[in-house]
Amino acid sequence: MSRVAEFLLRRKGGKGWHWTDIVTWVWLVGGLFIMFGPAVWLVGSSFKSPAALAEFPPSILPYVTQKATVEGYDKPLDLYDVTLPDGSKATLAEVRRIGIISQMVDPQKPGEIIKVNIAERTPVRQMSFATGNYTEPFTQFDFVRYLWNSVFVTVTATLITLVVNSMAAFALSKYEFRGRTFAMLLILATLMVPLSVIMVPLYSIISALGLFNNLWGVILPTVATPTGVFILRQYMLTIPDELIDAARMDKASEWQIYWRIILPLTAPALAVLAIFSVVWRWNDFLWPLIVLSRKELYTLQVGLSIYSGELNVQWHFILAMTVVTMIPVVLVFIFLQRFITTGIAGTGLK
Amino acid sequence: MKADVPGKTGLGIGEVALVPVRLAMGLIDAPLRWLQRVAGISGMAAFFLMPNMLIFGIFILLPFFINFAYSMTGSTALFLSDRTFVGSEQYARLFDCRNYLDPNTCAEDTFWTAVANTGWFVIIQVTLMIVVSLVTALILNRELAARSFWRAVFFFPVLLSPVVVGLIWKWILQRQGLLNFSLYGFGFEPYTWLNDRNWAFAATVGVSIWAHMGFYTLILLAGLQAIPKDLYEAAEMDGTRPARAFWRITMPLLAPNLLVVVVLVLIKAVQIFDEVYVLTGGGPGTSTLYLTQYIYETGFAAQLRNPGLAAAASILMGVVLVVLTLLQLGLSRSSEKKGARK
Repeated sequence: MSRVAEFLLRRKGGKGWHWTDIVTWVWLVGGLFIMFGPAVWLVGSSFKSPAALAEFPPSILPYVTQKATVEGYDKPLDLYDVTLPDGSKATLAEVRRIGIISQMVDPQKPGEIIKVNIAERTPVRQMSFATGNYTEPFTQFDFVRYLWNSVFVTVTATLITLVVNSMAAFALSKYEFRGRTFAMLLILATLMVPLSVIMVPLYSIISALGLFNNLWGVILPTVATPTGVFILRQYMLTIPDELIDAARMDKASEWQIYWRIILPLTAPALAVLAIFSVVWRWNDFLWPLIVLSRKELYTLQVGLSIYSGELNVQWHFILAMTVVTMIPVVLVFIFLQRFITTGIAGTGLK
Repeated sequence: MKADVPGKTGLGIGEVALVPVRLAMGLIDAPLRWLQRVAGISGMAAFFLMPNMLIFGIFILLPFFINFAYSMTGSTALFLSDRTFVGSEQYARLFDCRNYLDPNTCAEDTFWTAVANTGWFVIIQVTLMIVVSLVTALILNRELAARSFWRAVFFFPVLLSPVVVGLIWKWILQRQGLLNFSLYGFGFEPYTWLNDRNWAFAATVGVSIWAHMGFYTLILLAGLQAIPKDLYEAAEMDGTRPARAFWRITMPLLAPNLLVVVVLVLIKAVQIFDEVYVLTGGGPGTSTLYLTQYIYETGFAAQLRNPGLAAAASILMGVVLVVLTLLQLGLSRSSEKKGARK
């Protein structure tokens, strides 16, 4: 045993343990629990039945009490393991409970009522995943609609962002014209005007354009991102101008230069921007909340927040829908995290 | 012209999917060639810049300017043309206080409650966020096995939507939640944390740190890794104690990054809304009502909505944000000049 401990605690270079090593591991392991724990608990809870969710203390895994249909009783009855007065054990179904006495029947002999002290019985429980939490919202709420709205907003906004931002970045990096610096400064100045500052007048503009209660009203204000122009322009600046000159000699039009030379060469930066844009648009909340007031137009985020704010929160559905809302972002995290972290470390922009 | 994508042979699925796009782009090319003949190459620059600037102008620049007009008009009407000019009345109303230290003496008491709440939130959250992110970055910068795994652990919540973050924690902090369950093991009775004014406030601070610390940790870690290792080796050879090396080498060289992060955290903290709106809805009472939610509710959600008042409040918040952003741009420029960020 001590050998194992010695092996585990051995340090590189034969140096002893310093207090900072202990702090490091406490911090990392604690961080692992605090960062992942809540999300794991959410996923675990999403498979529990409403009755199991109301329990305290909660069980870690989803359990449900077994039920049995007994002749002569309309509803299925809860099953219990009971220790009878003579010391023998039996599995009985509870008919009703009066005070500390439970009236029970044997499912095999439904005629005879057996009275049992509630201290003598324990519910028969079995692990069971309440998959209905995931399937029922599709019929109970307009869950498919919300999902579709979110996907539509995310995909459309990302595509428009990529086209519009890359065109602007091309103009700002490869052409000399008057007002170029001014245009660049104007775009960067947008960083100072977050949505929370302009939401009142923006709302009136969207309404004047007839885009209130319209998914395009959610999409359009988000697509001219200064971050996107900035990232793409920085990347395009590294593409040699000689390529463009050579293409012009071959009688390529400016549009062809943009489309056939610049865009393929900017692919890595476009990929980073696409990932960011998908995450941003999928997660957007305040602006869709303002623009969309009709139920059938809600995005997932808006729908979730509205239903979770209701008086009788149906937590079993909310939890399952939250998990579904998390899935795309978790996939991005698992497969594309590298791009995002280098993107942030490189530009300092979110 | 053959496709210029280098290193691609054969016709993959992606290539097939691109065929209609290629055709469309080819069709666009003909009218654009004509445009290029008419407008010249610099005209094409304007053409490329146009869509972005148009969207940008309509949905960001225009609202920015008419926001000032809104803040000087009254009534509940939405469109500017239907509204009555009231001059500085909205601002006067926001600042109508007998005692600025006590929100209850103000005409617009919820505004001052929101300002005070936001002020406390910013002070506490920014301080804790910086400390937590810095410690995490320092730890991740050590010689660690599986560093990229640990970095991912702390980064994970950054990508989650604020609504999901709010719901995850609402579920944990509720009466039958994980927190009460853990404390129950130590003999504590279950408690409804979010119904308690102070605990609800603490929850908004904690949850916002949980959700965003990974982002700032990443920036600080990039700064730490840019510090040349030989500085520490030289210090070690001179017999410098680690604590002294930290204050004399790490902190001065990290300072530009740290300042940028401080300002970024400040800017985000002033605007806090989404997670809190889902987690506490501003309650209990008004204990977690922050500025953005005040603007949102005054402008859109209240029974008697008042866009003028909301606009005035948003301009006041905008002034704070502009100052902070200019500070950030200045700082990141000066740090680039020093070459601390590569």
